Amino acid sequence: MEAWTALIQILDATIRVSVPLLLACLAGLYSERAGVFDIGLEGKMLAGAFVGAAAAATAASAAFPGAAWLGLCAAIMISVFLALVHGFASITNRGNQIVSGVAINFIAAGSTIILGQAWFRQGGRTPALSADHRFNAIEIGTLRSYVDSFTLAFPGFPAGAAGESSFVWLARGIWVVVAYPFQLLFGTLGYLLAWVLLGVDAVVQYIPFVSDVFRELILGHSLLAYFAFTMVPFTWWVLYRTRFGLRLRAVGENPGAVDTAGISVPWLRYRAVICTGLLTGVAGTYLAVSQNAGFVKDMTAGKGFIALAALIFAKWKPVPAMFACLLFGFLEALSIRYQGLAWPGIGRVPVQFINALPFILTVILLAGFIGKAIPPRAGGVPYVKER
Amino acid sequence: MSTPYAKLPRWVDYGLIPAINLAVAFFVAGLVVMLVGENPLSAAVILVDGAFGGGQNIAYTLFYATNFIFTGLAVAVAFHGGLFNIGGEGQAYIAGLGVAIVALSLDSVFPWWINFPIAILASAAVGAFWAFIPAYLQAKRGSHIVITTIMFNFIAASTMVYMLVDVLKPAGSMAPQTRTFLDGAHLPKLNWLLEAVGLSVRSAPLNITFLLALVMAFLVWLLIWRTKLGYEIRTFGYSPKAARYAGIREARIIIVTMVISGALAGMMALNPIMGDQHRVALDFVTGAGFVGIAVALMGRSHPAGIVPAAILFGMLYQGGAELAFEMPNISRDMIVIIQGLVILFAGALEHMFRPWVQTVFATLAPRAAGVPATSGEGA
Repeated sequence: MEAWTALIQILDATIRVSVPLLLACLAGLYSERAGVFDIGLEGKMLAGAFVGAAAAATAASAAFPGAAWLGLCAAIMISVFLALVHGFASITNRGNQIVSGVAINFIAAGSTIILGQAWFRQGGRTPALSADHRFNAIEIGTLRSYVDSFTLAFPGFPAGAAGESSFVWLARGIWVVVAYPFQLLFGTLGYLLAWVLLGVDAVVQYIPFVSDVFRELILGHSLLAYFAFTMVPFTWWVLYRTRFGLRLRAVGENPGAVDTAGISVPWLRYRAVICTGLLTGVAGTYLAVSQNAGFVKDMTAGKGFIALAALIFAKWKPVPAMFACLLFGFLEALSIRYQGLAWPGIGRVPVQFINALPFILTVILLAGFIGKAIPPRAGGVPYVKER
Repeated sequence: MSTPYAKLPRWVDYGLIPAINLAVAFFVAGLVVMLVGENPLSAAVILVDGAFGGGQNIAYTLFYATNFIFTGLAVAVAFHGGLFNIGGEGQAYIAGLGVAIVALSLDSVFPWWINFPIAILASAAVGAFWAFIPAYLQAKRGSHIVITTIMFNFIAASTMVYMLVDVLKPAGSMAPQTRTFLDGAHLPKLNWLLEAVGLSVRSAPLNITFLLALVMAFLVWLLIWRTKLGYEIRTFGYSPKAARYAGIREARIIIVTMVISGALAGMMALNPIMGDQHRVALDFVTGAGFVGIAVALMGRSHPAGIVPAAILFGMLYQGGAELAFEMPNISRDMIVIIQGLVILFAGALEHMFRPWVQTVFATLAPRAAGVPATSGEGA
């Protein structure tokens, strides 16, 4: 039984640490499949985490409703902006994509520290977010209280202070206009989903093991985690079942052919890097507004590069990407839990070795010793229209 | 690579356009300073004064520049071969192991002038080895050198943490670092050099490795522009196809270029370890390997450009430290931003202002610019 609990805990941790990897990995997939190499995933994620946490903290201190969502929007905006800078350099200006990615990583690493210190003066941290202003884990209790207190009423927002500026008043109005239709739609859907999940739990709770799997592994993660895993089939569908996806893949293999068909290569590639920015923004938000209660300097700690490794490991395919991220996440979860523990038969494995394992595995894979990773053929090459 | 851009006079290509790019990078950095609520102009004054105001400051500036000359040369040599060595950081870090082995085993046996050459060889060899594996994998197995060198940075970091925490740390010590070296592994300071010019230096870590860096800059120039191997490297970098037709062996050039690059990056470890701290500590490279990318891009991969670019970054490091005292909102991480902006504008966006410059030249002197006055866009 103890082993079972340990297993469940490790798998639970695996899912939690895999989420940012998975989001960043899928982000890279869009860009690289379109022929734009992106080693700036790390930087975009970091910038997203910082801006997301900063916006959420500012909104929380102004008692603004939906601070976490505001953080998410801000994170996406900054990370799409950085993705567009990368696009501008590598698509419009035909610059070196690697150089551009490196530049974005540095700009993000430096400015998050400098601005964080200047704005919040907490040693590079953003103010801690309370549970109300984060994306929290969805547990049985959360579902129950959600179903119980569910109403489709107009979203209430705190009455303005006496001397409130008209700008805040305006922002609040926009927020309501934008948020209310969403609340209607997602509120209804969410209610149904919560009701179904509670129903499943009502049955499953009496079955040993299965109930643990349901409550600990399937439930118990934040909304963004579910978003990440939903993005896997969605990405697959976009890539292999839509016109956009077909063109996206084509532009990464043979942009000349796409151009001949009368489709704009730059516009397609720009759309691809925007997708990258969107997903890295969510990844950053997950780190700073869901998994942690705020931004800590250099909090991505190489996750962007592990995601890159996972992308190569998955040979630029969405479903294998999920498994690669889960594998690397599992390694991380193991290394956190079993630091310095002696393994039966092997002896003590240094924790640094497990940390380096994703990178070692990727090198071995790239060298063609386990399968062969062939990147999109036009990757890294700026497209020059014939004259 | 096809160059769809019209020809411009050389001084524009190698002087004006890089200068414009740099100016824009520093302008954007100035905006960040403003965003933080400080005055960019007074920040610049404090920075320059902190870097060059007095012998002490100059010595520190040159000490940091030493690191960047090595890593800048390393990136530049690879650039000439058409390779992007992002792994300078890891190569320098792991080369600390080579220096550590020499210093720890020989510091009580020989004086510094015997240990120094041995340590040079050891650091270069270890750095070269760390670059050799990605090079071999690219040459023989077709894996992309950028990705492998990135991975090797992380593998180097993990290895060094393991070595320092579990192997090299003296028993009973808490800090993850080697024991302090004896006098046999202390490199002589170069402060007398500045004092000879009439400047006063209290105590600065500037040491003889600076001269080694200058020698290496000269040797790299000799290698790239005055030897057959250098010619082959440049040919391969310019057009791998042409190189193949000319009978240049691809695999050999990739491996040799990367080994030289790795050796140069590895030698960087000498400066902080034997010249300053006299022990190997965690993270002693402090990003110098990455600064090398900015330095190489700024110096246009030519030693005559790399040395001043390295001194500029040395100035930013030293001046940035002074700046952090004066303006509490600005820490040394400002350098990381500037570094990123330089890489962005001098590297990835190097052609951004070219069409404009071309238009200006075409309007002012159509013959000199060699383009019809109407064509503005490069594409």
